[in-house]
Amino acid sequence: MALLRVEELYKRYGREEVLRGVSLSVARGETKVLIGPSGTGKSTLLRCINRLTEPDRGQVWLEDAEITSPNTDLNRVRAKIGFVFQDFNLFTHLTALDNVRLGLLRVRGLGRKEATERAMSELARVGLAEKANSYPAQLSGGQQQRVSIARALAMDPQLILFDEPTSALDPELIGEVLGVMVQLAKEGMTMIVVTHEMGFARSVADEIVFMEHGVIAEKGPPEQMFRSPKVPRTGEFLRKISELYGESK
Amino acid sequence: MGLLVNVELLLGLIALGFVVGLVMALVEVYAPRPLAFGATVYSWFLRGVPELVLLFLFFFGPEQFGIRVSAFLAAVLALGLRSSAYQAQIFRGALQSIPHGQMLAARALGMSRLQAISHVILPQALRLSLAGWSNEFSSVLKDTSLASAIGLVEVMRRAGRITKDPRNLPLFLPTLFLVACMFLVLTYAGNAMIGLAEKRLRVPGLEMRR
Repeated sequence: MALLRVEELYKRYGREEVLRGVSLSVARGETKVLIGPSGTGKSTLLRCINRLTEPDRGQVWLEDAEITSPNTDLNRVRAKIGFVFQDFNLFTHLTALDNVRLGLLRVRGLGRKEATERAMSELARVGLAEKANSYPAQLSGGQQQRVSIARALAMDPQLILFDEPTSALDPELIGEVLGVMVQLAKEGMTMIVVTHEMGFARSVADEIVFMEHGVIAEKGPPEQMFRSPKVPRTGEFLRKISELYGESK
Repeated sequence: MGLLVNVELLLGLIALGFVVGLVMALVEVYAPRPLAFGATVYSWFLRGVPELVLLFLFFFGPEQFGIRVSAFLAAVLALGLRSSAYQAQIFRGALQSIPHGQMLAARALGMSRLQAISHVILPQALRLSLAGWSNEFSSVLKDTSLASAIGLVEVMRRAGRITKDPRNLPLFLPTLFLVACMFLVLTYAGNAMIGLAEKRLRVPGLEMRR
């Protein structure tokens, strides 16, 4: 059974239809990479999955629980779904350790000692144990994004949604964040990643999903998408984006 | 000299102003429209009516209905609620300056709105409020002297009694000067304490500049 199922999701902002019937299914341990021109609803799709944005129509299921049902305990569901933002959104007034610990203390209800140990081990996992007492403003963008990944990991999520996690970073800092994500994929974390990093998509994705104008135009394994896309627009987009961003990790 | 009355009045009114002001700011920013509008009207009224009028309203108003209110209580209520309207504006500005991403990140972790506000938004907003708040502190400190108008025997009233006597005419200026000095010292001490709090609560990336 799929871990996450998205069925016929619709969302409009005023006159603009951002999502026009998107269906998607993610298996446990799968890494799905979402690509497409900007403004085609990739980020909106991610936000509709944990209802940070309320979809107009359609369903989202996490295993056998419908997230989109009005009876869903939204806070409980969100605690199971990690979310990594483009601009990190670390809590400005808290140290790296406290950023990772806050959800454990307030949402998971862990004791202080246990939460601290857990948070420290997650910081170590992203290679930032020695920055535990630094505030976000004292960290580089790449470090901030790694802390925010640790914050998501600490909640022991069933899957993590990445919303353009490297788009706000200087080029030389992108590698350290992608490195952490590659490692997570290897460890079997279930992930949906919106990104323009084609090197990452090619080497890590189990499936690449190409979105355009609020619908899924094409999807398939990386090899097929890069070598012989069925939709001409897919090939065009992939060529352009690979030129723009390069394919190196 | 009656200065103690001013200090007590100050503490009472600023505490009342803080609590009510914070609630009003939260309502204005986070509550549904009709409630938020109510808070806006509240703020508009209390900031628009002269303080003396408010003092008289709270002191003589209840009397019309046979309720006797002490001058001290009336002063705390009138000046405290007036201050709450100003403090609400300080807190509202600070709340609205916190980027929306902070709320999103808290909600994405599974926190309720209330948890997000109390653990993420408020700790940041209150830090940012300190500079504006120290301004309000200096302002209400001096307002305490207005309570003399409803007969509260505080330092200004005492000074008035001394200077009213024609025989004390030579004391007129020195007395006023002394009162001025007392307020200057209080303002200085209060602002020094706020400055200390600012320093202790300082977080890199959340600096408040005066």
